[in-house]
Amino acid sequence: MGQFLMIIVSAVFINNFVVVQFLGICPFLGVSKDFKSALGMGIAVTFVMTLTCLITYPIYTFLLVPLGLEFMEIIVFIFIIASIVQMIEMVLKRFSPTLYNAMGIYLPLITTNCAVLGAAELVIDGGQMASLLGIAADQMNMGYAVLYGLFAGLGFTLAIVLMSGLREKTARLNVSKRLKGFPIAMLTATFIAMAFYVFTLI
Amino acid sequence: MKTNFKKIAKDGLITSNPTLKLVLGTCPTLALTTAAMNGIGMGLAVTFVLICSNVIISLLKRAIPKEVRIPAFILVIATFVTIVRLALDYFLPDIYESLGLYLPLIVVNCIILARAESFASKNGVLASATDGLFMGIGFTLALTTMGAVREILGSGAIFGYKLWGFSIGFFSSSAGAFFTYAMFILLFALITDKAAEKSRIKKSAKIGDFTQTKEAK
Repeated sequence: MGQFLMIIVSAVFINNFVVVQFLGICPFLGVSKDFKSALGMGIAVTFVMTLTCLITYPIYTFLLVPLGLEFMEIIVFIFIIASIVQMIEMVLKRFSPTLYNAMGIYLPLITTNCAVLGAAELVIDGGQMASLLGIAADQMNMGYAVLYGLFAGLGFTLAIVLMSGLREKTARLNVSKRLKGFPIAMLTATFIAMAFYVFTLI
Repeated sequence: MKTNFKKIAKDGLITSNPTLKLVLGTCPTLALTTAAMNGIGMGLAVTFVLICSNVIISLLKRAIPKEVRIPAFILVIATFVTIVRLALDYFLPDIYESLGLYLPLIVVNCIILARAESFASKNGVLASATDGLFMGIGFTLALTTMGAVREILGSGAIFGYKLWGFSIGFFSSSAGAFFTYAMFILLFALITDKAAEKSRIKKSAKIGDFTQTKEAK
């Protein structure tokens, strides 16, 4: 139970994917103009990320490592992610048109989202995971990998939803022409990052 | 059609600087600019991948079917990223260590895919190589300057050499990364707008001269 809580706190708050590890900044800045699309993007990323960790972790540990093909990981992972995204898109289109309408437009963007590939690369790195989750490197297993993917995705969702709330407010501010767009979004992100900084002091 | 190399160079460095004008590839920019050296390492790795992928994609532009071009581009990029990763791990283990997770993430760096899609798949080999080179240099310069500013303010050092004991912790934190990036975009826009205004005035003055000489004739 303690381990479980540790994963949640670490993945969602202390090592938040967006504002602490800087993964998935493109959607964080690009798809955070309103609450609804931010939530859609967040849920889509969480879903793909969990599935990715579920598939890439066993493929790496039980297929690539025994065969001595570790150097192929980047190519293998990106193809797995692209196929997962494609498959989710087809399944949703067939079985749940409502969900497809809500998530559909964000799915193609996720293939090139560095948060997903980042999660896949992180969970296979025993040393990194050990320091992130506070476990011994050889304790790392499938369960941790999937849980980390899920909660890192939820951390991403939390950050992007917070950002969209603030951006809906800043959009109404009367700021100078030059500040509009990226600069004001980055300044807003500065404050979110400052808020998350508090968790690193725990 | 003659390729305008000067324009390609200017595009990459200034008018569509990938970091400061197009705001692409933000993840490594924010994460690695805590030190100037990281900027150079990341910048050169990206430049190498950009040039190689641009050349290959430009060579294959007629062979790749339109429907599967994105997976094909990603495969080409992933191959070169793997090469860079293996080479850095072997020859420069220190830089490999400091770039860490962001090295494999070059695959999903939007700059490379954007150049493949919008430039290399439409232009010749030499033009694409030049484009890759200057886009890469634009990225490297932006990252290195940002890294230098954050390193000086955040840890009172430059390229690892200690300058003074004074430092502002804010600039080496993640909040400082967003803040510095915002300021850089703002400043760059201000400077380039001023320069563009100046060159416009100069140009209109030149046209004025031309009409005058014509009238004199």
